[in-house]
Amino acid sequence: MTMDLMGFILVALIAIATAIGMLYSRNAVYAALFLVLNFVSVAIFYLMLGAPFVALSQVTVYAGAIMVLFLFVIMLLGAEKLPPAEVLPWQRPLAFVLALLLFIEGIYWLSVKAGTTAQIASPDATIGTMDAVRSMSMMLFQEYLLPFEVTSILLLIAMIGAIVLTKRVDKKGGQA
Amino acid sequence: MDWMLLLEWVIKSFVLSLILLGGFAYLTWFERKVLARFQVRIGPNRAGPYALLQPIADAVKLIFKEEFTPARAEKILFFLAPIVTVVPALVVAAVVPWGPDIQIGSYTLRLYIADISVGVLYITAITSIAVYGITLAGWSSNNKYALMGGLRSSAQMVSYELALGFCFVIAILMSGSMRPIDIVDAQRNGWFFLIQPAGAFVFLIATLAEVNRAPFDMPEAEQELAAGFHSEYSGMKFALFFMAEYTKMITISSIAVTLFFGGYLGPFVDQLPFLGPIYMLAKIVALLFFMVWVRATLPRIRYDRLMAFGWKVLLPLTLALVLITAVGILLAQEVNPNLIWITPVISAFAGFFAIGLVDRSLRRKAYAAR
Repeated sequence: MTMDLMGFILVALIAIATAIGMLYSRNAVYAALFLVLNFVSVAIFYLMLGAPFVALSQVTVYAGAIMVLFLFVIMLLGAEKLPPAEVLPWQRPLAFVLALLLFIEGIYWLSVKAGTTAQIASPDATIGTMDAVRSMSMMLFQEYLLPFEVTSILLLIAMIGAIVLTKRVDKKGGQA
Repeated sequence: MDWMLLLEWVIKSFVLSLILLGGFAYLTWFERKVLARFQVRIGPNRAGPYALLQPIADAVKLIFKEEFTPARAEKILFFLAPIVTVVPALVVAAVVPWGPDIQIGSYTLRLYIADISVGVLYITAITSIAVYGITLAGWSSNNKYALMGGLRSSAQMVSYELALGFCFVIAILMSGSMRPIDIVDAQRNGWFFLIQPAGAFVFLIATLAEVNRAPFDMPEAEQELAAGFHSEYSGMKFALFFMAEYTKMITISSIAVTLFFGGYLGPFVDQLPFLGPIYMLAKIVALLFFMVWVRATLPRIRYDRLMAFGWKVLLPLTLALVLITAVGILLAQEVNPNLIWITPVISAFAGFFAIGLVDRSLRRKAYAAR
């Protein structure tokens, strides 16, 4: 067994364990922290694939900024204790059926497409250097400029929506 | 794996940690002495000559103090929070270059621990992780004031991280690289501080907010919050928070020096490479003095104004600065290299405009109506 494979299995186990820990912790703060660990282990996957830029962006954006906001809201609302009883009794059997379907589908596609999936192109040799960042930004700002801009406008609209939603309306009906 | 290389990494990491921790101890001494001078006092003068043994006395005192854990605290997180705060403060220094390569016989000694191609992003990643320690400390203490302090300082750090990130972008734009070594090298023809003075200044303000220093020291707003997120901490755990704050001051000054003040560059540094670390240290000490100076001069900003300043002034200002820098670089590349000097002029103008806005907003409404 090579070093890479051993590292992959270790990180994969951590990722799965933290994901399960997130689902099963009865305290929302611990759930959020498990999710942070999960994001970090995903970032380590990116590092293993030779994409340090994506890995560190993942840590900055997801593990850093977004999860801090989650934690912030959980603490601010004092919503850390989840109710002990099941709120959605039908959820568990449904999840079981869906997971089974997903599993069967995965096995099916793996057996049908196994020949092609074995030929995933190995990462570019330039990856890991500055050129990787440069070529990625070239792709992003030249080839995929329109989707990029559309996405940023979508995010902007979401931001404006959040601001509008939190804006108070005074009793006369006007905007405060 | 090359064992020599591994050994070199271990030794360098160890030495850097020692420097940072020793620096932390004597930074407290430095701050107390300088503050005392600002306030026309003598300051600590009992332990040893010039009170040089004061940090050691403080450390001994803190180690032997009673450790106290609140009865209904979240024990695990209460224990982990100081560690989560200290570790990022130490590891973020790994990418900062301390000098050019030094040749010892046939052996090349590199004065940095990790040469990461996206080093600047590494810094943002680690600093964004550092917020957790403070938030969790506040929450796990099971104390209202601690929770408020934790929430406040984490909100503050998240808000000012954006301005900080855009200042990183300015440095990346001007050097065309995310490697700290390349960024330092790109400053041979002029420190980025000269090309983008407003950017450097915003960076300094944002770093003050990032490390929770005065005038942004929300967790230490004693009148409102007792001691903020570390109200319930005592003994060595409190010392760890203390250590994190001062270590962060050192590391973030070293990052500021690398990005805007020419890093280890200085006269004759190419001929005598060992001058590199000395220049670096001198610049870091100058920035630390600046931080203490600010603390001695400015009163604490009210919390809502602090957040408004971050979101409504610094964020648009840094966005404008990024645009100005990008346009200036493009003009210099496409038209005439001397046009790069348009950038500092316009960015200084933008900075003064922002200062004017702050000045207006600080005036009371009664005065503004007249």
